[in-house]
Formats: sequence, structure tokens, C-alpha cells
Amino acid sequence: MAMSFEWPWQYRFPPFFTLQPNVDTRQKQLAAWCSLVLSFCRLHKQSSMTVMEAQESPLFNNVKLQRKLPVESIQIVLEELRKKGNLEWLDKNKSSFLIMWRRPEEWGKLIYQWVSRSGQNNSVFTLYELTNGEDTEDEEFHGLDEATLLRALQALQQEHKAEIITVGDGRGVKFF
Amino acid sequence: MLNFTGNAIAKIVVHLHPAPPNKEPGPFQSSKNSYIKLSFREHGQIEFYRRLSEEMTQRRWETMPVSQSLQTNRRPQSGRIRAVGIVGIERKLEEKRKETDKNISEAFEDLSKLMIKAKEMVELSKSIANKIKEKQGDITEDETIRFKSYLLSMGIANPVTRETYGSGTQYHMQLAKQLVGILQVPLEERGGIMSLTEVYCLVNRARGMELLSPEDLVNACKMLDALKLPLRLRVFDSGVMVIELQSHKEEEMLASALETVSEKGSLTSEEFAKLVGMSVLLAKERLLLAEKMGHLCRDDSVEGLRFYPNLFMTQS
Repeated sequence: MAMSFEWPWQYRFPPFFTLQPNVDTRQKQLAAWCSLVLSFCRLHKQSSMTVMEAQESPLFNNVKLQRKLPVESIQIVLEELRKKGNLEWLDKNKSSFLIMWRRPEEWGKLIYQWVSRSGQNNSVFTLYELTNGEDTEDEEFHGLDEATLLRALQALQQEHKAEIITVGDGRGVKFF
Repeated sequence: MLNFTGNAIAKIVVHLHPAPPNKEPGPFQSSKNSYIKLSFREHGQIEFYRRLSEEMTQRRWETMPVSQSLQTNRRPQSGRIRAVGIVGIERKLEEKRKETDKNISEAFEDLSKLMIKAKEMVELSKSIANKIKEKQGDITEDETIRFKSYLLSMGIANPVTRETYGSGTQYHMQLAKQLVGILQVPLEERGGIMSLTEVYCLVNRARGMELLSPEDLVNACKMLDALKLPLRLRVFDSGVMVIELQSHKEEEMLASALETVSEKGSLTSEEFAKLVGMSVLLAKERLLLAEKMGHLCRDDSVEGLRFYPNLFMTQS
């Protein structure tokens, strides 16, 4: 299931799987982990995960190297991602999370840019149209999962650039 | 109890008391008979009876130390405990152990008495010292000095003046200077650094008599820097204490440590110690210091703790 995913050099470096006590070293280590998690999830089109899954996933468990990142350290990596805006906990117990390789604000920006470019301000779209419509096939946000899309639109809503509305049985959005 | 009959064949009957509950193991655990009958076909019963009653009265076997030799074939001599086989050996060992135990308890009795007395002495000296402090005018300076020196010789720190070097005393200052003499060469031989335990052993071996207590050693070492001596005491984050030559720069050692680790890819403290010729304790401190400075990073797994060059910093 590894596909053509290219692991970074750190993945083959045993110390990568030990939380470093030196503060500066740890900073670099965590940054590398965050970046790895995001690119892994992006390639595998994984938008959500449970902590249990994460522990056993090749992401944190390098079988060949015989090293796995201990669960306490995984929690620390996830917290870093949350602080950066790339992760959201889906439950109170912090057992499963939404992972967004691009932050919602960034997605919002891309969507709004497309809307403006194609002169479709003041139009209404269903959520499905945005991510699966013919018109958006060439766009990066094509195929985006609903949870992330919603958060992207919420971010635009905050900026008064969009409004999430009900369209028929589902939801849609109006862009300003 | 003995019985003497006048029959043709003389007999002596020895009646036995019942076995005590703490009877030591012997050839027989128990017997259905409560007496021993001794028959004398020819003669000898009178002499035997005399000797036997003598021994029964004297009970010499209760006071005599157990014989050290294990000659089980030897004919038993009157008065000696006959030690036969394993049982005999066990009995002897048990006796010896009891004896040792007793000696140790007695010795410690004296020591606890001594400690009580010592405590009283210290209290007394302290109270006198305080009196001196208060009534400085009533006592001549000469007497004060003499008393202070008595206190010092008993190991009580000078209570009257505040030492500029903290808790140090004249004694510790002298000691610190002495240490330089003893340690200079050994330090140079060991790459300029030694753990305090190594120093303790070395110094006491050198002194032979008048051994140093650990506290005195530590207090003396604490004054090395203040006295501007060529040695210094250093305490690592882990709490490990070492003595270094002033000229020794542990930080400079880190560069070579990094080189060594890089050459081998990764090293444990033990591997590093062996390569460099250091004690494992000091090797670990050096590696930890290198990690603290960012030159190394660690891999902590079931395989143990290994140190690697810190590629997180050096690689993109």
C-alpha cells in the first residue's frame, strides 16, 4: 500500500522514532514529522484517522527499521498539527481526527480565487458541484472531502466572502 | 541415673530424659526405648561407672568448643563432641555462626554507647562555643583560639566566624591544596577528568592512614575553584560529580566525540567508552553533553540507548 510514496530521509534514521530531549533538535524533528504526516495523508487520500490506526500504520511504524514512534510521541506530533491548523479532533476523547494537508483557510482562498476568476461571484453552488462538478475538474480542490470543504467554506464565511445555505435536501454555498 | 546390680554379668543402665523439643539432629530422631543398657562380660564396670558419673556431673560437653577436625574414624574421647558426617559439619557451622553473631552484637553495643557519648560531647562543645560567641570579652583571645582549634580537631566547623568560602573550614582548605598534589598526575594520565568516586578511592589509597570521609572530600573539592587551584569540581546535569584539570575543556572533547561517533555511524555509551578508553560513567556524560550541545541525537529503543550524529540539524 506504500504506492509510489517517497519516504523522507528521516524515516530511515532511527533517532526519528525517539522524541529528542534537546529542544532545538526536537523542533526540527517535529517539523519533519508534521510534514511527513501531511504528505502521507495527501497521497493516500486519507482525510481522517483514528489514533489506533495511526499507531499501526506504516506512517509511525517502520517495520523494516524495527522502530515505531511511541503513542505519547504520536500525540505530541498530532498536537503540533492541531496548533498549525492542519488537524481537528473529531471527538472529545481525542481518539479520531480530521487531517487536512492544506489548512481550511488555504482551501477557502483557492476556491474563492476560482469563483472570482470564472466570474461566478453571487452564484450558488451545491457542495457536490464544487468538488465533483465538471467545471472544477482541473482545480486542486476537485475531489476534496466534504469535512474539509465545509471548514474551508466556514473560513470564507468568517471573511464574509461566502455563506453556507441549504439547497434542496443538502447544503450549498453562495459566494459574494 | 545409674543402677548397679550384683549379677554375674554386670550391667549399667542409663535412663534417658525425654528428648527436648529443640533437640539437634543426630543419628536417631527418636527411639521407643528410654534407657541404654551397658553389659560388662569381663570387668571394667566399676571404672566405667566412675568415669561416666564424673562426666555426667561435669557436663564438659556443654562448655567445650566443637573440635575443628573431621576425623570420623577416631575413637571418641570422653568429653569431646563427636562430629560425624554432614550432621557434624552442620552443627559446627551453626555453632560458629552463633558465636560470630554474638560477637558482632556485643561490638555494636559498645559503638552505640560511644555514639551516645559522642553526641553529648558535641552538644557540650557547641554550648561552650556559643558561650564564647556571646561573652567574647570574658575570655582571652588566646584561650578562644585554643578552644577553636580543639573544636576543629574534633571536626566541628568553626562557629564563631563566617567563612568567606561558604561552609569550608581551614581543614578543608588545607585538604583542597593537598588534593592538588595527589591528583595532578593521575588526572593527566586519565585525560584530565575523573569521577569523584575514582578520586575518593585514589586519595584514600594514597593516604593509607587517616582516611577521608566522603563529606570531607566533597567539601574540600567545593573550595578548589574559590582557592584558584589548578583543579575544579564539576557537577553534570545528571548529578554526577567529577574533578577536572582547569586546563581541561570538556566542551572541546565534544568535537572529537562527534568525530568518533560519526565514524562508527552510532555508538552506545559502553562502545564509546571502550573505543576512547574512558570509564562508562564519564563516557555517558560526554555523550549527554554532546547531545545537550546539539552535536548528537539519541535512539532509545529496546535495543538500548544509542547516539547518532545530529542529522536533524546538519541535513536539510
